[in-house]
Amino acid sequence: MRVITPIAKPKEGSAGLTGKWRIFKPVINYSKCNNCGLCWLYCPEAAITLDGKNVPKIVYEYCKGCGICANECPVRAIDLIKEE
Amino acid sequence: MGMKGILRVVPKEEYLLPGNPSCPGCPASLGLRYLLKALGGKAILVIPASCTSIIVGPYPFSSLRVPVLNIAFAAAASTAAGISEALKVKGKEGIQVVVWAGDGGTADIGLQALSGAAERNSDILYVCYDNEAYMNTGIQRSSLTPYGAWTTTTPKGKVEEKKNLPMIVAEHKVPYVATASVGYPIDLILKVRKAIKYRGFKYIHLHAPCPYGWRFPANKTVEVAKLAVKTGIWVLYEIENGKFRLTSLSSSLIDPSKRLPVNKYLKLQGRFKHLSEEDISRIQEHVNTMWDELMRLVKES
Amino acid sequence: MKLLLTSNYAAAYGAKLARVEIVAAYPITPQTQVVEKLAEFIEGEELKATMIRVESEHSAMAACIGAAAAGARPFTATSSQGLLYMYEMIWWAAGARLPIVMGVVTRAIAPPWSIWSDHADILSIRDSGWIIIFSESAQEVLDNIIQAYRIAEHKEVLLPVAVGWDAFTSSHTAEPVSLPEQELVDSFLPPRTPEPFVLDVNEPISHGNLTYPDEYMEFRFLINEGLERARKVIREVGKEYGKLTGREYGLIEEYKCGDADVILVTLGSMAGDVKDAVDILRKEGYHAGLVKLRCLRPFPREALLNALREARAVGIVERSFSMGRGGIIATEINSLLRESGVNDVVTVSYIAGLGGREIGVNDFINIFKSLFKKMERGSGFEVVWYGLRG
Repeated sequence: MRVITPIAKPKEGSAGLTGKWRIFKPVINYSKCNNCGLCWLYCPEAAITLDGKNVPKIVYEYCKGCGICANECPVRAIDLIKEE
Repeated sequence: MGMKGILRVVPKEEYLLPGNPSCPGCPASLGLRYLLKALGGKAILVIPASCTSIIVGPYPFSSLRVPVLNIAFAAAASTAAGISEALKVKGKEGIQVVVWAGDGGTADIGLQALSGAAERNSDILYVCYDNEAYMNTGIQRSSLTPYGAWTTTTPKGKVEEKKNLPMIVAEHKVPYVATASVGYPIDLILKVRKAIKYRGFKYIHLHAPCPYGWRFPANKTVEVAKLAVKTGIWVLYEIENGKFRLTSLSSSLIDPSKRLPVNKYLKLQGRFKHLSEEDISRIQEHVNTMWDELMRLVKES
Repeated sequence: MKLLLTSNYAAAYGAKLARVEIVAAYPITPQTQVVEKLAEFIEGEELKATMIRVESEHSAMAACIGAAAAGARPFTATSSQGLLYMYEMIWWAAGARLPIVMGVVTRAIAPPWSIWSDHADILSIRDSGWIIIFSESAQEVLDNIIQAYRIAEHKEVLLPVAVGWDAFTSSHTAEPVSLPEQELVDSFLPPRTPEPFVLDVNEPISHGNLTYPDEYMEFRFLINEGLERARKVIREVGKEYGKLTGREYGLIEEYKCGDADVILVTLGSMAGDVKDAVDILRKEGYHAGLVKLRCLRPFPREALLNALREARAVGIVERSFSMGRGGIIATEINSLLRESGVNDVVTVSYIAGLGGREIGVNDFINIFKSLFKKMERGSGFEVVWYGLRG
């Protein structure tokens, strides 16, 4: 079937590597992290994943650096570091 | 509630894909992410003109792992009704047709179609993500912009009150109406799941603080959303078959002393920075009056 | 089976025979009986379909768009202000390549209020990508609606189709109509096979996302390609329908054009009276002919050129006008003739019958006779408001 109408298909990075937009980089301090899951829950970008043990990991290719994760972290385990 | 508690309600599966064109800290992204998790992918989305028309991705890419029909500004509810009836005629069961529309597409240009679909009790879930202005076109006031708020078309602050849309929809006597907030995802997800158990018209009005339009830093989206609820400016409730019920944190705020003063919410936002003490008192009084009315609803139900 | 039907009822029977699945419409005079009859069919369980009683024409087309995008066969009907009110969604339906069929009971546009016959409404959608087919009689309305689904759903086309007929002169005037058997229509028009891009939770694709300037233009080009291909499809479908029913349809209908010096081009209910005028004039020795336009979009270029190229004068009588220019169809035909190198012909744009103004056989005889005089000029283009009162 010829594509005659603009059909879009799901793709990560539909706007490219949005990590490039970042001004501040969130970095998880795993020694402080208590695995509460709030950073994962509140990430608007779905750019924080949980591994098999439910440990959060930031996907820097796409993280736009909004800083919600750091703001919502109850134990202040996420630092925002200015990008170079 | 801890990780285990969250994961009991919130699936890990993502349907909003990262790397989409939303602004940093976007409440529409947050809401969509929760909505689609709650629906588990068994949904067709209808999206009228809004910020989400962009967020959904530039052709040939989509940021969502559900089928989407983009549609004109005023047409969301009736388009969704058409899809819903077509699925029934075709014998396709168990697929929820969902409108995801902004406050302009819902309360202003889309209101006629919304009211029509609600009155006909069309089998759709209509979610309004309310960022309280026309954000995609550059922060123009809508009928859901609150009193006093600066927008590009109300440079001295809006002089009218915010339209009480969820109650207007409830007056259509539809089976399910709820309010929600991007600051309270568990409450939202539970409401979506409850809503889709009903056949007929379901409405969820989602408060969605927008960093860009409300003039607060992108890391404060959730904080501002929570403060709207904690101050009682935004109320979480549901009306199930006409029965009104406060939910989540709002259910503990009937006692006025439990509510934070509205200024805690207002002062975080640049759109309210010009407000006088008098304006703030007026907003506080308005909130108090609204809660008196809510008390009456709670007692009646 | 023959029934005495108005064009409005014939439209409803056509939609029923086409086994439409979704009807979404909003009432407007003179379209109402189309929808009322369909409501009767549906509630009487003669037609397995769902009626969405929308609150506006904008929503009627939106619901049809949703239904078609989900793979169903939708129908709507409207007129005049209603068509203008749904205008935004008209373009959406064509842009989204959705096989929707819509009846348009052509009526004048206000102000001042007028509920009578006029073609300004249907011609307002001329450039949207819709296929536009016009009907002269109740029989044609029924036949056209059935064929419209075959054309719209054709894989080489995938565009919406508007079927027009005149307010009151057609919509409310009953005439005998041959109803094809349901089995015959079913063999001609099988259930819609949804295209691979129909909304489906198992294949999460997104329709109508933002396109950048690098992509948009190609999609407009593809709509035009669909319309260009539709010309052949309309003819093939019309032939096949003819084999089944004895009533064949083309892009235009020629009446005594072979040796005609003067040809009138018109459409809709006026065509019948023009035929009578041609017959009367032929008896008086005039070589007069008629071209009835069935298909307005795609524009029947070759068919019109073949019919008109030998004529010395062509008059186009239409109930429509492009303000500040001339008759809409007339300017198109005039430019077709000139761009095809046919210069030794006089073309006259007659604006007539607007807002339901009476125009009958004697008027067409007058127009013909005046054209037989004008043809001596050899060439030229002129606009005449026929029967204008001072």
